[in-house]
Amino acid sequence: MQEKEFSHYIQNYPFKEVQQRIYYLNEEKNHTQKTIERIIEKTYQDEHIRWDEFLYLLTKPALDYIEELAQIAQRITRKRFGKTVLLYAPLYLSNECKSICTYCGFRYDNPIKRKTLTVEEAIQEAMILHSQGIRHILLLTGEDYRNTPISYIGEVAEKLQRHFSSIGIEIYPLKQNEYEYLRTKGVDSLTIYQETYDPERYREVHLQGVKRRMEFRLNCPDRAGKAGLRRIGIGALLGLSDPQTEVAMVGLHAQYLQKRYWKTQITVSLPRLRPAENIKNVPLISDSLYALFFIALRIFLPDVSLILSTRESPRFRDNMIPICITQISAGSKTEPGGYSGYDTTEQFHISDTRSVADIVNMLKQKDLDPVFTDWVYVMK
Amino acid sequence: MIEDQFQRDPKPLKIANRTFKSRLFVGTGKFSSTKSMRDAIELSCTEMVTVALRRIDLTKPMEEEDIIASLDLTKIQLLPNTSGARDAEEAVRLARIAREMGGGNWIKLEVTPDPYYLLPDGKETLKATEILVKEGFVVLPYIQADPILAKQLQEAGAATVMPLGSPIGSNQGIRTKESIKIIIEQAEVPVVIDAGLGLPSHVAEAFEMGADAVLVNTAIAISVHSGYSAFSFALATLAGREAYLNGIYGNTNARTLELSYESNTWKKASASSPLTGFLDEENR
Repeated sequence: MQEKEFSHYIQNYPFKEVQQRIYYLNEEKNHTQKTIERIIEKTYQDEHIRWDEFLYLLTKPALDYIEELAQIAQRITRKRFGKTVLLYAPLYLSNECKSICTYCGFRYDNPIKRKTLTVEEAIQEAMILHSQGIRHILLLTGEDYRNTPISYIGEVAEKLQRHFSSIGIEIYPLKQNEYEYLRTKGVDSLTIYQETYDPERYREVHLQGVKRRMEFRLNCPDRAGKAGLRRIGIGALLGLSDPQTEVAMVGLHAQYLQKRYWKTQITVSLPRLRPAENIKNVPLISDSLYALFFIALRIFLPDVSLILSTRESPRFRDNMIPICITQISAGSKTEPGGYSGYDTTEQFHISDTRSVADIVNMLKQKDLDPVFTDWVYVMK
Repeated sequence: MIEDQFQRDPKPLKIANRTFKSRLFVGTGKFSSTKSMRDAIELSCTEMVTVALRRIDLTKPMEEEDIIASLDLTKIQLLPNTSGARDAEEAVRLARIAREMGGGNWIKLEVTPDPYYLLPDGKETLKATEILVKEGFVVLPYIQADPILAKQLQEAGAATVMPLGSPIGSNQGIRTKESIKIIIEQAEVPVVIDAGLGLPSHVAEAFEMGADAVLVNTAIAISVHSGYSAFSFALATLAGREAYLNGIYGNTNARTLELSYESNTWKKASASSPLTGFLDEENR
């Protein structure tokens, strides 16, 4: 019988049990490595790997095979995506927020410079991105249903529709009919990160606001899928709970969405926690393990578009992109009005501050084609 | 030199009102640069190039688009395609916009509701073909290797049928052989095998079977040298077509070949240029 939504489906995979399983695989090096070799053989036969096999690729013993796994991931990426990388840019409409999330610079109780762009200011910001060649744009807000209502998001999207091939949103969770409404205004994709799939940690880091409702957020991609959005992006903020288990859950979620909403393209991002306003003590996830996560996801889900955040350094991005990354943002600002030079507070600190033109040059040097348009407004 | 060889064909390929010497059609997706795409188009000697409308800024005239601007349209038939369209309505709207923006009236109809295997939806493809033919389009529909659907599309006025050999980008060759044989046997319009052709031998096999043309994209685009690779597909086109014309039947049971990308990285990771060398020093 089909589960109703992801929150029901995930009950068969309790976070703590998956974590224990991964802990065991980390410890049992011999067993794990033998199995990894079998999994590698499978990929040479062009066979898909199962989720329980994917877990092996997230473990510390898998690090001994990272080069070979990277070669496999690159081969799969070339085959499914070619030598192309899709470019997009975020547009922060607002940093007003009614939620308190311990890891975020926009949290309600942070005394920061707040701003919500007027529709005109938003268009002005967007046209700066447009002049740089950007045609896929992502509209972001905090968790503030009142100051940034969906009528406002809809109005901005509608005005931008003529100029941009694709308009995505990364805002507070909505109901299905609200996604349907935004679709009529030209929105075609949704990004919504669960932040953490660990229910215990979820409660600890979300202290106030609608975001506290874990299940409502977890089923958000389902509602967007039912509303017929063309792309749905999910992810976890690595550093809140056990990163290996988080990635295991993101993989599970992505696979579920692919099967259930089979007309929708799924994208995955795995941002690492970065310092932001009043955020200290960021846990360390080694570059090697972090790289392994993307490589493993690519092997497990050949068709999922993988995104690598501007939170990462240019050097790390430049080396990862040719392996398995298919979508990146460029020239990003994470504060409302940032492109026009307003002085407001950013959500997190950008590490890769290169311009769109610089990113394009870098991709060309890597023999990759920067794609600005991969959508048509008539296909909303 | 190779163009001269194409001239030898006693029965040149005719689609709608145009005659083609080359029977190899080329796609423009997945290339690393416009330059490598141009090399591929040039060395393949193709006369028909398909371009995904979703990759084009449709708010401005098409000839201003990089991809299109680099094509010699006096020699090449531009074939815009509707990849990404999920139903007949979207495909029809795309085709109309393409024509308005100067893309001409040839359209490769792709209705692919699932974004992963990109398999075509026959029902919607037939519906869109009926509408577009009435509006004066030259319609080349991409379909499953379904002989009945191929017949229905011909009746609806399609200029060719384009059955798939295997899923797009899979490079698995012709896995739908028995059905395609029936389509070739029954077709009254040219049969173009499209999708899944990953090796020159797959292309040669298509022509040995009696296909009228083939369309290749991924295999050329992702090879190390797209230009030379395209040339090898052109040679295979000639070889297969000559074999067919001269009744060389042999045993054409395709063996599945292991693809070897980029100098055998298939077998084992090569230590000479590791992808993950940058991870040696942890510097966070």
